[in-house]
Amino acid sequence: MSCDRADTVLHAYFDNEMDSLGAAEFERHLEQCVECAGALAALKDLRSSVNRAQLYQKAPALLRKKILVDVAAARPIEIAPARATWQWLAIAAVVLLFISVGWQVASVHRGEDSNAVLAAELVDAHLRSLQPGHLSDVVSTDQHTVKPWFDGKLDFAPPVRDFAEQGFPLQGGRLDVIHGRTIAALVYGRRKHLVNVFIWPTTERDASPRTGSRQGYQWINWRQGGMEFCAVSDTSSSDLEQLQRLFRD
Amino acid sequence: MSNPVQEKGSDVLDSQDQARFEMLVLPHLDAAFNLARWLLRSGADAEDTAQEALLRAYRFFHGFHGGDVRAWLLQIVRNTCYTWLEKNRRANEMTEFDEELHGVPGPTPEALAIAGDNRDRLTRALESLPPRYREVIVLRELEGCSYKEIATITSIPIGTVMSTLSRGRRQLQLALADPAPKEASHEL
Repeated sequence: MSCDRADTVLHAYFDNEMDSLGAAEFERHLEQCVECAGALAALKDLRSSVNRAQLYQKAPALLRKKILVDVAAARPIEIAPARATWQWLAIAAVVLLFISVGWQVASVHRGEDSNAVLAAELVDAHLRSLQPGHLSDVVSTDQHTVKPWFDGKLDFAPPVRDFAEQGFPLQGGRLDVIHGRTIAALVYGRRKHLVNVFIWPTTERDASPRTGSRQGYQWINWRQGGMEFCAVSDTSSSDLEQLQRLFRD
Repeated sequence: MSNPVQEKGSDVLDSQDQARFEMLVLPHLDAAFNLARWLLRSGADAEDTAQEALLRAYRFFHGFHGGDVRAWLLQIVRNTCYTWLEKNRRANEMTEFDEELHGVPGPTPEALAIAGDNRDRLTRALESLPPRYREVIVLRELEGCSYKEIATITSIPIGTVMSTLSRGRRQLQLALADPAPKEASHEL
């Protein structure tokens, strides 16, 4: 006979996650149930073994120093001055016009902030992809190989197309994780440069391309047919605009 | 640009933010490293990943408005570790295959029995668990997190924390009873 409480509420009791009423009720059960009493003793043994083994791993002292260096070196991103301007505009708008105008400016400002963070994440992802062995999970110049590879790995179907004839040969694809969400990354060549095209689904309506640059890398971002695209590369922004038009047509 | 998930943040930080970051977030560096160490099963990889996660946390810190700093940081550490595991999965599988192929000898049952209830044995047993069990045990038993904190950090519903812990502890007990623990599965 096994008691199903031994696999469930016993743990909440053991971890002090029960309110006092529940705990008192469970203690009455414990007096009668050999199974739960045995399981509780085993859990206590397990915890004391774990405690005795001193498994906690403290951070090396050097790591703290490295992080302090990182933090000191982390520069405000490029939109910082623009942000200050927007704040002034927001204040001026509130003073001079209506509160509703102020709200609009504030919402634009919030959008700029999260855009910048996302651009930073995607540029980081692009840089990571350039490290040895990180570029592609599926290496193929054939869109009919790359496209099925994504099946079952994503909850959406990214549009995979080869633009070799137009000067952007498809080189492969991989999965990337941005903000904890798995997204598709397509890799294209452009002369001696590499372009990562990140794709994820969106519920927002189509939007024309916007461009920017960060740490010497160009990005172009647009939305089309329920998908958001962001291409990142060290090639010129006119190349990226050309690639964007190829995706659109 | 809309975020893939709703996560607000900004890496526009001033010196006040820097001081706040050092005061509020850096004290949890040990917790960050410990979680990364157990998720990745390597001190060197944990160091790199914890460093990356802290920098990421720093960038998002402007958007952090109070609450449980440790849980917030550990959530970022966990995401960074899972990204790392996802990226390195194939390489790890190959290493494991090689080890099996070459029959790297583990400690004999006698040696284990002599060493008894020691750190190596616990380490091996814990490392043999799948990451999703390993992480709840590390968070509960080593970090002393509440179920609510574990739910926040791992993004699993609070009702599932108890059953995940239960299964994880069962597997850990079995691994400790087994004289030759198997290598961990890399299934996420």
